[in-house]
Amino acid sequence: MLTFLVITVLLFILMRLTPGDPLQRLAGDRQVSAEEAAALRQRFGIDQPIATQFRAFVTGALAGDLGVSIEHYPMPVSTLLVSRLPASLLLGGTVLLLTFGFGIALGVLQAVHRGRRLDRWLTRASLTLYAMPSFWLGLVLAWYFGIRLHLLPVAQMHDPLLGADASWLVRVGDVVRHLILPAVTLTAVSIAAVMHYQRTALLEVLRLDFVLAARARGLPERQVLWRHAWRNALFPVVGLFGLWLPILVSGSVFVEQVFNWPGLGHLAADAVSARDYPVILGTAMLVSAQVLLGGVLADLAYYTLDPRVRHA
Amino acid sequence: MTALLEVEDLRITFATRSGTSHPVDGVSFSVARGELLALVGESGCGKSLTALALLRLIPPPGQIVPGSAIRLEGTDVLALGAAELRSIRGRRIGMIFQDPMTSLNPVFTVADQISESVRAHQRVSKSAARVRALELLQEVGIPDPVERLDNYPHQMSGGMRQRVMIAIALASEPELLIADEPTTALDVTVQAQILELLDRLRAARGMAILLITHDLGIVAGRADRVAVMYAGRLVEEATTAELFARPSHPYTKGLLASVPRITGAVTRLQPIAGTVPAPTAWPAGCRFHPRCPASLPRCADDDPPALAVGDSHRMRCWLAASGPS
Amino acid sequence: MTGSLWRLLLRALTSPSGRLGAIVIALLTLFVFVAPWLLPDPSAMPDLLAGALPPGAGHPFGTDQLNRDVLSRVVSGGQISLSVAGLAVLLAVTLGALVGGLAGFYGGWLDSALMRLVDGALAIPRLFLLLLLVAVWEQMPLGALVLVLGATGWFATSRIVRGEVLRLRSAEFVLAATALGAGPGRIILRHLLPNVAGPLLVAATLGVGDVILLEAGLSYLGIGVRPPTPSWGSMILDARPLLTTAPWTSIFPGLAIAITVLAVNLFGDALRGALDPRSA
Repeated sequence: MLTFLVITVLLFILMRLTPGDPLQRLAGDRQVSAEEAAALRQRFGIDQPIATQFRAFVTGALAGDLGVSIEHYPMPVSTLLVSRLPASLLLGGTVLLLTFGFGIALGVLQAVHRGRRLDRWLTRASLTLYAMPSFWLGLVLAWYFGIRLHLLPVAQMHDPLLGADASWLVRVGDVVRHLILPAVTLTAVSIAAVMHYQRTALLEVLRLDFVLAARARGLPERQVLWRHAWRNALFPVVGLFGLWLPILVSGSVFVEQVFNWPGLGHLAADAVSARDYPVILGTAMLVSAQVLLGGVLADLAYYTLDPRVRHA
Repeated sequence: MTALLEVEDLRITFATRSGTSHPVDGVSFSVARGELLALVGESGCGKSLTALALLRLIPPPGQIVPGSAIRLEGTDVLALGAAELRSIRGRRIGMIFQDPMTSLNPVFTVADQISESVRAHQRVSKSAARVRALELLQEVGIPDPVERLDNYPHQMSGGMRQRVMIAIALASEPELLIADEPTTALDVTVQAQILELLDRLRAARGMAILLITHDLGIVAGRADRVAVMYAGRLVEEATTAELFARPSHPYTKGLLASVPRITGAVTRLQPIAGTVPAPTAWPAGCRFHPRCPASLPRCADDDPPALAVGDSHRMRCWLAASGPS
Repeated sequence: MTGSLWRLLLRALTSPSGRLGAIVIALLTLFVFVAPWLLPDPSAMPDLLAGALPPGAGHPFGTDQLNRDVLSRVVSGGQISLSVAGLAVLLAVTLGALVGGLAGFYGGWLDSALMRLVDGALAIPRLFLLLLLVAVWEQMPLGALVLVLGATGWFATSRIVRGEVLRLRSAEFVLAATALGAGPGRIILRHLLPNVAGPLLVAATLGVGDVILLEAGLSYLGIGVRPPTPSWGSMILDARPLLTTAPWTSIFPGLAIAITVLAVNLFGDALRGALDPRSA
């Protein structure tokens, strides 16, 4: 909680710290009449001391009011955020599932085949993908699978031409098809970290005595690997979940832009071009809250999985 | 009486950066049913590796050299397939390790781990296995076994964890229990308790025990026979009484002399001169000769075979050829 | 200090992937800064009517829609991207060392306050911090971009440095130095910093890869390096409408980024391995 307060302060300061007439920035290129200028000033509280501004902002934020968008005036920022949230969650959730699901599986595979060709090639492939800019990979995949092979759609979340009478199943399928390319892009550039963590963790655990003891009892190798070794090698990967969220969120800004996916990342990117500060601030806060939540979830996971943490 | 376990000319090699290492280099011994054989030696002599070899648990890049033989009541352990090997591990031969904290899985309860062992080799239901786990906890002398069933390893003391390990090992009624330094990580008082427990279990179940240790002190009065290991080989082997009464190999004598005694006159401790050689470069001739206070000229060139010294008492030393010292 | 750093570098070069990374970095840097003398002048008037040409004679990477040689643009873009990344990382590492060193050395409320700040800042995805800061400028000068990139990248480094300083603060050689009358400045400079030089170098190297990707991303969004200054990211942005007709205009800049970041990461990993032999 305290961390969140710090974040809010930071973000607020950053915004107000920037040089130039705030009103000028707020109005952008549009012509503003004197009344509009006064109204804007009053609305955004610019003519008040910083402390008052900040207090107003915080009290407003706690009540769910994050101000009003400039670009989409007078739509409230919170409404905008909420409208984009489902798409972001869908993409983000899918990517997390894929990244950690495949990342863990491949990491285990690497550990088991340590030093052999499969291990080395998986490392090389994942490192190469990790080095690619997500937006570039997205473009390449879009070009190849969408345009060249005409297999998958490359824009937005669903087909705008789909009739209103289309069945529920068709709709879901449509969204899934649109989800594939952006999700695969984001997963590809992130998976290296999970694979590496899992591999390292499992290799360390496999060296421990209780693994040898389990084998000595005649347990099947699969049981030794998964029930005994992997169960103990999960912990660093759980920790990674908390660390990874900020990076995932950042990556989504680019990928959503490339694929025109209507999520928070795309909103933030557009808002920057339009100099829509309330929206940028709002997205930054929401996204930070998500990150903090992720950390809490990771802690909860530790608590559930590790009895030593439970009894500490 | 046919031996339960027979080991013949066991050799283990490791490929290391500084050349091939031969940590176990021709070890032969046997264990009879219900017998307690103590395998004694300093760290680095190869005794733990010998124990692991019995269950074919040598970690790579270690390898058992072809020509070695390990027979469990006639069955060649080294020729077994994976499934048959698993049926021996835990079922006919059980093993307990030195450090009970790291030998138990920290995320599973005691009941889980014992039941898993029970169900590994017998078709029983989970509840039946849990009942069996409780019985085993009682058998190994854990107080309040019902509560302890759902404890995690980190909630128990070292001595109790070792008892749990023994319980796990006993779950499938093994005929031979390998105990690799079972008391080294424990307090002295607890050590005695664990050793008594092992004695009791041996008597009650007719189970043979291969006790591996560096501490000659715990061997007296408990083991039926003792084998002393040095530099990858057995240098002396005898019944316990015989070994303590008439230690013959200079290394054995050195070991006994370096054990501090509470009773008797206080004299200076006699360490054995020199250090243990590296397994990549065993000395030529008799491996102990560089440190031996009684070495003869031929010891530097000729490696002594196992020679008889008395009734069921053998040693690898040229002094045996010239008569007992 | 330089002695132990040299040893670290040499040890990193013993691993094959470290060598590969180092060689590619060296070649790339050399090429990007030397090649302009060898290549045709990129600002020479292109034949606008010719449009985008595929890779062929005279244009190994083809030309873009304004018939500019892609290879030359990749090289110029490389100069910008590498310079920006290098300077930004230098700034970030310096800031991180400063803050972390002060926090670890003085402790107390300064430490708590600074670390709370760092905790908060780390929860905000770096890109969003950048977006906030960048959105202010209509025309963002390159120096401001470097500043902003550096100012958002010191948080994790400060934690590392603080940890090391805490660890060493009560070490005997520090006590000895204090007993001999050394002041805090001297202790920090001569005794504590040399010990963090290794982890700092690792953090810096790995940080370069991150910054290159971030700068490219910002340029792709149109808010990083602005035209007419070339940058790999903005080249990809310009190439978007040509995706189907002239894919080479997107592929080569992207490849340049990927190869550079991969090389930097490989070398950085090798450095990390050299620093802590147990982590492999």
